[in-house]
Amino acid sequence: MSELKENKGHSFLDFAYQMYKSMKTNEINLVYEGEVTQEITKTFTSLTEKNLAKAEESNMVQRKVFHVMVECLQNISKHADSLEGEVEKRGIVMVSHGNESYNIITGNVIRNDKVPSLKESLEMVNSLDKADLSALYKKQMREGRLSDKGGAGLGLIDIAKKTGNKFTYQFKELNDEVSFFILTSTIKRK
Amino acid sequence: MEVINIKGTEDTPSVILDKDNGIFEISGRSLPEDVNMFFEPIMDWIDEYAEEPLPVTVFDFKLEYFNTASSKVILDILLKFEEIIESGKEVLVKWHYHEDEEDMLEAGEEYADIVEIPFEYIVLED
Repeated sequence: MSELKENKGHSFLDFAYQMYKSMKTNEINLVYEGEVTQEITKTFTSLTEKNLAKAEESNMVQRKVFHVMVECLQNISKHADSLEGEVEKRGIVMVSHGNESYNIITGNVIRNDKVPSLKESLEMVNSLDKADLSALYKKQMREGRLSDKGGAGLGLIDIAKKTGNKFTYQFKELNDEVSFFILTSTIKRK
Repeated sequence: MEVINIKGTEDTPSVILDKDNGIFEISGRSLPEDVNMFFEPIMDWIDEYAEEPLPVTVFDFKLEYFNTASSKVILDILLKFEEIIESGKEVLVKWHYHEDEEDMLEAGEEYADIVEIPFEYIVLED
């Protein structure tokens, strides 16, 4: 019995070490799975801000990373759906960087019936250039209403406008009810 | 009119609305979770002010950062200023930004495109 426990302990240590190695190799600065609240948003953005300042990234890159993180995290805390039995808004958050760019990856559960319209929005935003995005942003600001959740429908347009990069994304169907939505935003280091 | 003087936090801006001294300023960061709740008293104050505004209102925006939900509320404030102008009074928006903050300058220019209000862009020194 105790031997079994010990083995389990070992395999967990192995897992922790593998994870550490993989985070190092992929230059992952932050990884989180759990409830996404305003407190979490504040904590992660200020942590990332400090790390970027330490790494002597330009102010512009720092501000863009901060901006994208806020919008992505607030998207989860406002829009994420839940697996059966869960009540809170959960998701994964990952920040990684390479020589060329920072990646902000978020993932959350979404109801299948919401997938087509979100896909459509993403495809549209990805198809627009900067001037079009700016025009769409202005239109949406004028015509849009703040939802009960305080969403303005502007987050994705704004991220695309500020990063100047296309989103990569994926929907993985989990069952008849829900899918897992993964979104990557990229910020070039200049 | 009563004075609104709200001290900023890490996710809400500082706000001064002081009609007697002609000081109107929003500064800092605005990324509250509930934008409506934070800005409601501010919008109410501006609604009341718009009924009897000063001949000239100079409003300073010195924002470092605002989220998209806040950007919608900022437009609502500007639309209120437009009404003041339509009633025959003057409004000038002073939009402050740090020199390396192109995005913040652009945000101001986008608002200036949408509303009929004179904008002045001012570079903030640290």
